[in-house]
Amino acid sequence: MARSNTLLVKGNEAIAMGAIEAGCRYYFGYPITPQNDIPEYMSRHLPEAGGTFLQAESEIASINMLLGAAATGARAMTSSSSPGISLKQEGISYLCGSQIPGVIVNMSRSGPGLGGISPSQGDYFQATRGGGHGDYRTIVLAPHSVQECYDLTMRAFDLADRYRNPVVILGDALLGQMKEPLKPRKHRGKAVDKDWALTGAGGREPRLLKSLYLSEGELTKHNWMLHRKYRRMRREIRYETVGVEDAKLVVVAFGSVARILKNAVSMAREQGMAVGLFRPVTLYPFPQAVLRRLAERVNRFMALELSTGQMVEDLQLSVGPDVVDFYGRPPGSIPSPDELYREIRKNYRKRIG
Amino acid sequence: MKQVFKRPKSLADVPFHFCPGCHHGIIHRLVAECIDRFGLRERTIGVASVGCSVFLYDYFAVDVLEAPHGRAAAVATGVKRARPDDFIFTYQGDGDLAAIGTAEIIHAANRGERITVVFVNNAVFGMTGGQMAPTTLLGQQTTTTPFGRDESLSGYPIRMAEIMAQLTGTCYVARCAVDTPKNLMRAKKSLQKAFEAQVENRGFGFVEFLSACPTNWKMTPQQATAHVTEVMVPYYPLGVFKEDENPN
Repeated sequence: MARSNTLLVKGNEAIAMGAIEAGCRYYFGYPITPQNDIPEYMSRHLPEAGGTFLQAESEIASINMLLGAAATGARAMTSSSSPGISLKQEGISYLCGSQIPGVIVNMSRSGPGLGGISPSQGDYFQATRGGGHGDYRTIVLAPHSVQECYDLTMRAFDLADRYRNPVVILGDALLGQMKEPLKPRKHRGKAVDKDWALTGAGGREPRLLKSLYLSEGELTKHNWMLHRKYRRMRREIRYETVGVEDAKLVVVAFGSVARILKNAVSMAREQGMAVGLFRPVTLYPFPQAVLRRLAERVNRFMALELSTGQMVEDLQLSVGPDVVDFYGRPPGSIPSPDELYREIRKNYRKRIG
Repeated sequence: MKQVFKRPKSLADVPFHFCPGCHHGIIHRLVAECIDRFGLRERTIGVASVGCSVFLYDYFAVDVLEAPHGRAAAVATGVKRARPDDFIFTYQGDGDLAAIGTAEIIHAANRGERITVVFVNNAVFGMTGGQMAPTTLLGQQTTTTPFGRDESLSGYPIRMAEIMAQLTGTCYVARCAVDTPKNLMRAKKSLQKAFEAQVENRGFGFVEFLSACPTNWKMTPQQATAHVTEVMVPYYPLGVFKEDENPN
């Protein structure tokens, strides 16, 4: 019977399924490749869950509809891919400033500009550095499997509510389009009391959700309060390690590259190289302290990314710039495990011997 | 003694910050009276826009959500979809609604969202210091049309009420002014109709108000109100452009 509970679905579908299971009842989106399975799934299944799917006139409208729905306390989501996520940045900034939760999925494609539809990790800076205007952060979760697409989406809703802050799920075209077995599980997150939600001022004082603070000192105070909240988010740091205990070289990657890298690391270990893998699951907050501790006994690190180098900067800030090498692939093709293995071997011979 | 005039319950007991002669205060009051009239205060969610009306939340004793510039209609869509039994209104200026927010207002109207839109047209960007708006009249001097608005450079003043009336999704569309007691009473009636469209779940209501901006027009309050009557109304005719009892 357990086997019948296993589905074969795309990463995109797993995200949509996880969202509905987590209690998301409002979805607003605009078509863009390679994430269309998400709105398509939602358009079919949200109504039967008692929710509303709405195809908006633009990415800008989508994020603002999310802002409106989430301001009433409902769980809401929007999804898009790189160029569309750029358009949503204004809204994400307002969500942060007004402390309204929401889940934003970026199944990223490649840029800059219209770029292409192949996978890329070039939106790392945009996702982890706020992305829009103002001094703010969003929690960023990076799944590397279809199962994780489902699990982390459920988690994203819980974190968004807990911190009254938007949460970004950063996947890519590869993760969204690949099919894998998925074991759906029940959502067990606790409901948060939303004593800020706009529900009409019936028998209580009127409520206000805003990001404008013009009085003397008000905005400074607001920004420090948000800053303290972003620091508290450090308790949500998640990561995965493979074979780092005896490693002399630790390779660091997230999302789909980490997935491919798992095979490459196995190959290296079979060849007798002391190579470990470190995969950040939360890209913001980045697992800086864990990596710093790891650097006390590991001499060398290597970042691998589907970009010309973004996450590598966080790695360098964590372990120091002198012990980090980088292998980057701008968008256009997906590296095979063999290719990544060869890059690891080259680095291992040079740095370790 | 019988009290004949008082502050609406939906209006907070604070003085408006608006410039002398500005019509925002009157329009705020009309909206608050309407909320009271339909008994909606405890289930109203207002959506504030960006511009002089951004401080809406200081004046209305209802739940208020701030929208990014131009996005009020999309924000209100999200609120209404999540709270279909609540009363949702946006209050937007001409820079907000007719320039940066054109896409959002057209599509919210076209979807027939059950929301009420209060659109204040004073033919300038007020809060930023009197720059040209899409509604600025031809020849009108603003800080960014120092030689007067020239259609060969900046196109024509946009008539939003007429555009909205063309959309199948709208239920009630009118343009009003508060320059004379007679027009004010008509405006009150129009606002009630637009409220009714939502309260009776019939559809999207849109009321455009011609409004004076003495500060940026560089006029006295009296001159500015006369300017509405003599210059704005001829280009922006008052009236009901659509009244659909049974829309699609």
